[in-house]
Amino acid sequence: MQALLSILIWLPIAGGVLTWLIGDRNPRLARWLALLTSLAALVLSIPLYTHFDSGSAAAQFVESHPWIPQLHSSYALGVDGISLPLILLTTFMTVPVIIAGWSVIEKRPAQYFASFLIMEGLMVGVFAALDTLLFYFFWEAMLIPMFLIIGVWGGKRRVYATLKFFLYTFLGSVFMLVALIYMYNKSGDYSIASFQALPLTLTEQRWIFFAFLLAFAVKVPMWPVHTWLPDAHVEAPTGGSVILAAIMLKMGGYGLLRFSLTMTPDASRELDWLIVTLSLIAVIYIGFVAIAQTDMKKLIAYSSIAHMGFVTLGAFLAYSIMRHTGAYTGAVNALDGAMIQMISHGVISGAMFLCIGVLYDRMHTRDIAAYGGVINTMPIFGAFFVLFSLANTGLPGTSGFVGEFLVILASFKASFWYALAAGTTLVLGAAYTLWLVKRVIFGPVANDHVAALKDLEPREFLVLGVLAVAVLLIGLYPAPLVNLMESSVHHLLQQMTATKLPVA
Amino acid sequence: MVESTLSLASITPALPEIYLGAVICLVLLVDVFGAAKFPSLGTTLSVLLLGLGSVLIAFHSLVPARTVLFDGLYVADPVAGFLKLAAFLAVALALYYSQAYRRRRGLRGGEYDVLALTALLGICVLISANNLLTVYLGVELLSLSLYALVAFERDSGDAAEAAIKYFVLGAIASGALLYGMSMLYGLTGTLDLGKLATAAHDQASAGLLIGMAFVIVAVAFKFGAVPFHMWVPDVYQGAPTSVTLFIASAPKLASFAFTYRLLSQGLAGMPQAWAQMLGVVAVLSLALGNVVAIAQTNLRRMLAYSTIANVGFILLGFVTASPDGYQAALNYTVVYVLTTLGSFGAILLVSTKGSELDQLEDYKGFVTRDPLMAVLLAALMFSTAGVPPFVGFWAKLWIIQSLVNAHLLWLAGFAVLVSVIGAYYYLRVIWFIFFEPPVERARGEAGGAERAVLGLNVLALFALGVVPNVLLALCQRLLPG
Repeated sequence: MQALLSILIWLPIAGGVLTWLIGDRNPRLARWLALLTSLAALVLSIPLYTHFDSGSAAAQFVESHPWIPQLHSSYALGVDGISLPLILLTTFMTVPVIIAGWSVIEKRPAQYFASFLIMEGLMVGVFAALDTLLFYFFWEAMLIPMFLIIGVWGGKRRVYATLKFFLYTFLGSVFMLVALIYMYNKSGDYSIASFQALPLTLTEQRWIFFAFLLAFAVKVPMWPVHTWLPDAHVEAPTGGSVILAAIMLKMGGYGLLRFSLTMTPDASRELDWLIVTLSLIAVIYIGFVAIAQTDMKKLIAYSSIAHMGFVTLGAFLAYSIMRHTGAYTGAVNALDGAMIQMISHGVISGAMFLCIGVLYDRMHTRDIAAYGGVINTMPIFGAFFVLFSLANTGLPGTSGFVGEFLVILASFKASFWYALAAGTTLVLGAAYTLWLVKRVIFGPVANDHVAALKDLEPREFLVLGVLAVAVLLIGLYPAPLVNLMESSVHHLLQQMTATKLPVA
Repeated sequence: MVESTLSLASITPALPEIYLGAVICLVLLVDVFGAAKFPSLGTTLSVLLLGLGSVLIAFHSLVPARTVLFDGLYVADPVAGFLKLAAFLAVALALYYSQAYRRRRGLRGGEYDVLALTALLGICVLISANNLLTVYLGVELLSLSLYALVAFERDSGDAAEAAIKYFVLGAIASGALLYGMSMLYGLTGTLDLGKLATAAHDQASAGLLIGMAFVIVAVAFKFGAVPFHMWVPDVYQGAPTSVTLFIASAPKLASFAFTYRLLSQGLAGMPQAWAQMLGVVAVLSLALGNVVAIAQTNLRRMLAYSTIANVGFILLGFVTASPDGYQAALNYTVVYVLTTLGSFGAILLVSTKGSELDQLEDYKGFVTRDPLMAVLLAALMFSTAGVPPFVGFWAKLWIIQSLVNAHLLWLAGFAVLVSVIGAYYYLRVIWFIFFEPPVERARGEAGGAERAVLGLNVLALFALGVVPNVLLALCQRLLPG
């Protein structure tokens, strides 16, 4: 139990390196090794859930070893109710990604699977790190495998897309590094906890807030720094899109919750209007943009941006609730909603990209106009597609509903206009998603290619089936997830509403 | 504690230089009598003896205390011992990587090895200089050896052009250095770096400032920093790749020592003045190096501009004029040398008889031709770009941290911004290697042993990246505050 988090980080990385070493001489062995490693990681993450004490907001499964004693930075890992669901999401989503690439990837398959395993380890590292330098280490290192995944196995404009992805995120992150160093100089060590406890003047907080915002807003991504995402999604291979949407975007949300809100609470309170405005623009404007797309992947990419708008909105609602009602009641709903939205969007967007991957593998086009009446030739697939699409629109009973509902509920407390603007997602989300379903799935068979389609293979059925169960489970019975993070969310609310200004 | 009598005990701290002198004589003799039968004997011998020498230094000359010898001309202190060790290893590695290449290009003459060794001797003298004259002696010994090495390939027009440019500009820089030194001497009346430090203050006369400015010109030239960088791209591209590898690696350690001895020690009394000038040089180098590198299509030329940018980072460490800045600069220099040895070593190992394989185009789809070397090159590029888990990230981090410590937040912001720009052209190399369809090129002839050594070289970058405290602790011990 002691080293569980370390195992969850280094086991996939070691498995990835081994897979890479096996190489393409024996792709069969490489595939199986990759699958077994990801399954092992998934199984090993279960005790993380069962042994987690949800009554405590403190970090659990803590490991701490000196790493760079000269800088007072340590190899410190631990989880709380906010990072645990995201780690579970990571280990859960990697398995379908490996299976989805099973026979589809023909070009250098060993390297493909190795990249995803290494990614998995690094992503768990990001969520588990209790030391900011360690966090940054994983955060940046993760760019390498993703850069290669999009660049090697991507579509026609893959080079453009992957360079844009890398440079955008790199640019965002470096200023966070300067902010971290600045705070280290004041606090004397690099741990997250001491940064959270460090008193800072409002001017300092503002600068640090913007440095963090640049890093996290690019990753989320928030309007207007979202432009890398549609490109990256369209060009990435299916697995890359899934990981990108399901987990990498969550790092931005996680960063806002873990760093911005708790380390610069006063600046967050002062500048919450900025985040709220950007989030609402993401919800409304990007929603409209999504309607206009002709490429399925691009449509889902824009839908991701709109949905992540709910995460950022929920994260920063507490301040305006306080301003409007004089109390923080309802703010917990906003944070809960943001967290559930992250998990739910991880599963749904992953499933949507996998569905598009299923179609693309057969037709080699993502152009919506090339499809029509798929349900006639692929009834089982059609059912899955419709289910995930409805979840994407936030249908009650699916996971997509819970998060959006909680955030909209909370935004009513803050302001009627916020709620009205956020509520448009119910219309816009339905518009772009259902119109997509109508054009692709329903209607008469559009052409000979569609007529020749074959329904799901058992492998694809398994992947989509598992995700469908997850979507319904979270939608119908979200209580375990909410309980899991309850203490941590309350603790977060306390931290973000306390002041850190130095006593004069 | 200047010792005036010459006894055996009093010269033992200078053992590295004495050993090196003996090796030079030996290699010369071996070359005269054995070259006909065993043309690569000189190189093999040099590599082995340098390896032995580094063991010797490690066990003998990593002296804990500062010792001044030869009437104050020579100093042996911990940082000198470490830099010499690093220089010995770097030269040994450079010669080792070059073997196959030199065999092919007919650069086998023993003079090559001897010139490399005399350059190393120059580096060692510079590292241990405690007097303006010793500094000059080291600089000239190093530079003259390098000029000759660049021109070594007599029949190559490019090499001759590069050598002439290097020589003429180098001569001007040497002139500037001498001129600056003469002014410093004229105004303070001492050549000793220790005495100079007490004699020259921030409030000192305009004459001192002018003298210092000329010294900085020489520093910038030796480092290849803007605006004295003109020679770098031409020499890096024109010289045989094995010589480029040599110039790009060990002499940077000498440049660090040169700057440290002259400015941080010799002109310790007037840090404000030189830190500002170095700041301008550093900012210009970072900007120009990173931006112009983007436009290059030749890998060696691109790495030359990358060198200019990296030098900017090293100089930023000096700009803080603080011990932690010097530590960061030392750390960066060592990391840079290790990475450069790897990058140019890789180019050497994959080059073939007909082609230097130094055009970016040549690396299209390289991963399918040679997966191992492709991954090593990618790791080297990521490290230079400053992406974890490679040590290049930490090298940059410590420079930035020392800047933040010194309240130079704007410089820190600028440094991270240009490193994002810089990331682009390193990524472009990886893009060509991994993302492009392969082109037909002959496979390099490098043997398994050389590839294994390069693998270890890259592995060291990774290991130091995961356990970064080792190098930092060392730098802190060597240059205590």
